Amino acid sequence: MAQKGIREYDGKRVLFDWLAKDFPKLKERAKKLALITPETKEKEALSANPWLKTTKLVVKPDQLFGKRGKHGLVLLNADWKTAWKWIAERMNKTVTVGKTTGELTHFLIEPFTPHAEDEEYYVAIRSERDCDVVYFSPKGGIYVEENWDKVIETRIPILGSAADAQFKLPDIKRREEVVRFLRSLHGLYAEGGFAYLEINPFSFSPDGDIVPLDLVAKLDDTAMFETTKLWGDMEFPPAFGTALTKEEAFVKHLDEQSGASLKLTILNPKGRVWTMVAGGGASVIYADTVCDLGYSKELANYGEYSGDPSERLTYEYAKTVLDLMTRTPDSRGKVLIIGGGIANFTDVAKTFGGIIKALAEFKDKLVKNKVSIYVRRGGPNYKEGLARMRKLGDTLGLPIQVYGPETHMTRIVSMALEKK
Amino acid sequence: MMKPELFTKDTTAIIYGYQQNAIQRMLDFDYVCGRKIPSVAVIVDPGREGWHKAFFGKAEILIPIAPDLKTAAAKFPGTDVMINFASFRSSYSSTMEALETKTINTITVIAEGVPERRARQIAARAKELGKMIIGPATVGGIKAGCFKIANTAGTIDNIVESKLHRPGSIGFVSKSGGLSNECYNIIARNSDGLYEGIAIGGDSYPGSTLLEHILRYEAIKEVKMIAVLGEIGGTEELKIVEHLKKGLIKKPLVIWVTGTCAKMFSGGVQFGHAGAKANSDIETADAKNKALREAGAVVPDSFDDYGDKIKKTYEALVRKGVIKPAAEVIPPTVPMDYAQAVKEGKIRKPTSFINTISNDKKEELEYCNVPISKVLESEMGIGGVIGLLWFRRELPPYARKFLETAVMLTADHGPAVSGAHNAIVASRAGKDIISCLASGLLTIGPRFGGAIDGAAQNFKRAEEAGLTPAQFMREMKAKNVPIPGIGHKVKSLTNPDMRVELLKKFVRKNFKITPTLDYALAVEQLTTQKKGNLILNVDGCIGVCFVDLLKSCGQFSQKEIDDIIALGMLNALFVLGRTIGIFGHVFDQKRMKQPLYRVPYDEIAYMTELK
Repeated sequence: MAQKGIREYDGKRVLFDWLAKDFPKLKERAKKLALITPETKEKEALSANPWLKTTKLVVKPDQLFGKRGKHGLVLLNADWKTAWKWIAERMNKTVTVGKTTGELTHFLIEPFTPHAEDEEYYVAIRSERDCDVVYFSPKGGIYVEENWDKVIETRIPILGSAADAQFKLPDIKRREEVVRFLRSLHGLYAEGGFAYLEINPFSFSPDGDIVPLDLVAKLDDTAMFETTKLWGDMEFPPAFGTALTKEEAFVKHLDEQSGASLKLTILNPKGRVWTMVAGGGASVIYADTVCDLGYSKELANYGEYSGDPSERLTYEYAKTVLDLMTRTPDSRGKVLIIGGGIANFTDVAKTFGGIIKALAEFKDKLVKNKVSIYVRRGGPNYKEGLARMRKLGDTLGLPIQVYGPETHMTRIVSMALEKK
Repeated sequence: MMKPELFTKDTTAIIYGYQQNAIQRMLDFDYVCGRKIPSVAVIVDPGREGWHKAFFGKAEILIPIAPDLKTAAAKFPGTDVMINFASFRSSYSSTMEALETKTINTITVIAEGVPERRARQIAARAKELGKMIIGPATVGGIKAGCFKIANTAGTIDNIVESKLHRPGSIGFVSKSGGLSNECYNIIARNSDGLYEGIAIGGDSYPGSTLLEHILRYEAIKEVKMIAVLGEIGGTEELKIVEHLKKGLIKKPLVIWVTGTCAKMFSGGVQFGHAGAKANSDIETADAKNKALREAGAVVPDSFDDYGDKIKKTYEALVRKGVIKPAAEVIPPTVPMDYAQAVKEGKIRKPTSFINTISNDKKEELEYCNVPISKVLESEMGIGGVIGLLWFRRELPPYARKFLETAVMLTADHGPAVSGAHNAIVASRAGKDIISCLASGLLTIGPRFGGAIDGAAQNFKRAEEAGLTPAQFMREMKAKNVPIPGIGHKVKSLTNPDMRVELLKKFVRKNFKITPTLDYALAVEQLTTQKKGNLILNVDGCIGVCFVDLLKSCGQFSQKEIDDIIALGMLNALFVLGRTIGIFGHVFDQKRMKQPLYRVPYDEIAYMTELK
């Protein structure tokens, strides 16, 4: 649950629907958006979007990364045949953008609208604690950063509204129209659960209609229950170059289907230090400590479980981690850190129940991988939970070191790593 | 500006949401702190009214439940804290309502997943009104020895272990609720303990910030040093840096910003907390730790020596005489909950009931150690089930058949008899079927339906005592009671009741011995001499044959037979059978939609003039 980037396709879909209230001509534009994925068939794309055949098009990858123009990843003023070929040449190809390498899988197609080059404006809206800040620059497009001193900030208090805000814009062409646009945009930002919204640039068509060109947006996904109607079928894709592994996707699925929290990120599948830590805060500290002790290259995963997950959920979660960590044995052996702070209300014995069940199932693989296990936890029923862990050590034939609140939370990290 | 102290030893709270465990944990904390009054004043459970029973130490107390916040606040104007357990969907509206309630000054919002804009609106409104918000997405906080929010600090053992039942000298604030509990433990082990600890919640826009609580601690005389746990993401810690630089935080501050590992990951990992993601270089944990260290805060090298730094800082203050270590207080022991004590094998308790006939605690339901699947497979029938549940035996087939026959024969005797009549009247009065059945069954007794039992008792007694039939008759006459089971309206020896004949035939064929039946028939020989219709009737026959069944099947001792008869099992057999018939009459009336029955006047002799 947090701020999540969305595709330009989804962002524009929501944007045009919203703007159509104040700018009726944009109603048409809401329908003229097409997202092409590896599964899209040419025929289907055309029957769903007949305008593709009749309009000049803009095509660009839509995978949460910017600077597409600089990387030659924007096709302008093309007909359908050219556009489709251009996409086909790039689909499922690996590209490097900045420091990130990833596969191109999603392309946005829109009608190409000619606009006045001297009328490229910049707008972005960002949240601060007590206000939304609307940034506007008359020098938009690729020049905005070098002209940052021209950017005008308008602060809209969180308890106020854009209608009352004074937009002190410079004397630009169609000033009133621009202000009307900014007000409408802020309305969407506030009502639509946005955490960031940037349109750079927006301009005007030869007919004088406002034209949003490139859009970047982040949504607050916790607002979903209030914005279902506005958002429609909203997707939160992973960051470019960070497609989820099968196991990460499985844990994400577990997380979404329950009130508890379950997270897993694989950092280095060959790493020898694996963690299974309870608590959003504690899990970070365990990862910190592994890195602080100089083992960041060996840290295999980041993850956490919290919010009193059921025994079944912790079992599924533990199985996923154990499966990953026992795939390729390492002659130097491995370390599993089952850590956590002192829980406020999570039943430690119960959550350990699921982990113990998974450990018992993986007994042979754990032995084969020479896994040493370190446990540290406190909270309701922790004594019973720790006793069950100790007992498991006796039956598994694996070294399991078990500690409670009397031992500093991260001490097991140094115990585990310095022993190696 | 609000007062720095949020809680005292007399602070009470409104609990929004019926959170029974959290409430009990607060009350247990109150008890170990020696609070005079419970910290929970009232519960708001939308739409509900009543009382909640909870323990306050050894005794039980009642806490009122109000249907809405307005009612609760009006009833408890002195209560200035609300702990809001409403879901992420409804937290906003209930928190805003609480903010607008004059008497409420501090609100803790527990829910995770409150939309960021809503959280910001809550924070902004609270600021306008000068009120305190803790949360959202928090476990709350605790003021040692005074007041505990909801589930903070977990179990009572942990509270005492972490010395939270009496105040120490350290003010603590962090984002994470889980880690705050860990830190209370660390603080207890490295100093004289916590004064107050707050978890502001892991979201991007907490209602109150780390800095606000630090400044409160700065203003509270009893707080001698401040411990903070920050987090990657956001610029909150940088505001602390500014305040340190401006000299607005003078008390020693031990702080560690977690998330130093993030630099090792590409792509920006979203950690467990929504707010824990660095969006720029100044938001990284390393940058913040460095800035804090440079501004004069005590910053450890890693979380591993966070406790050591607290210890050193604390000991220096003790040496300087700033801190006089808080005295240890031995808290009263909170009685262990019954369920917990049983779970741990610490107590035992005599049971109130014994059961020897069935077991629903096994894998499969059992009737007298026979699994229900076997009951069905063996086709033992109702007779077999009666055998298991009434006699605790597996009866031979002929005995089961006899019982079933008895049930069939007693099932109904027409609408005119008391039982059926009553049930019909009740049914026509529109009563439910159970009431109708009961009104019929309640007529069964000495005058109606009791003959089976009476016959069995009397004939058995006489036969076993060795009375001759003539002696028995004289004895009954002397008591002036008719012999139960003797007599029929129309039937006689020459015009026998076919039911009785069939029963006798069955018994003679299957039973090894029939002493009671033989005896009853000998009595019948005498009674029919007096009057032709004084025959052994069907009730009498069932009764005496039942006695013979027990005697002839060889499974019962004489003592057991005496007990079975004395327990009134024959009455039970009649009730069982007749229940079928009574239900028949009840359904019959309902099916026909018969109206209320009223006894016609001409059925009643009005003789009110009688002097």
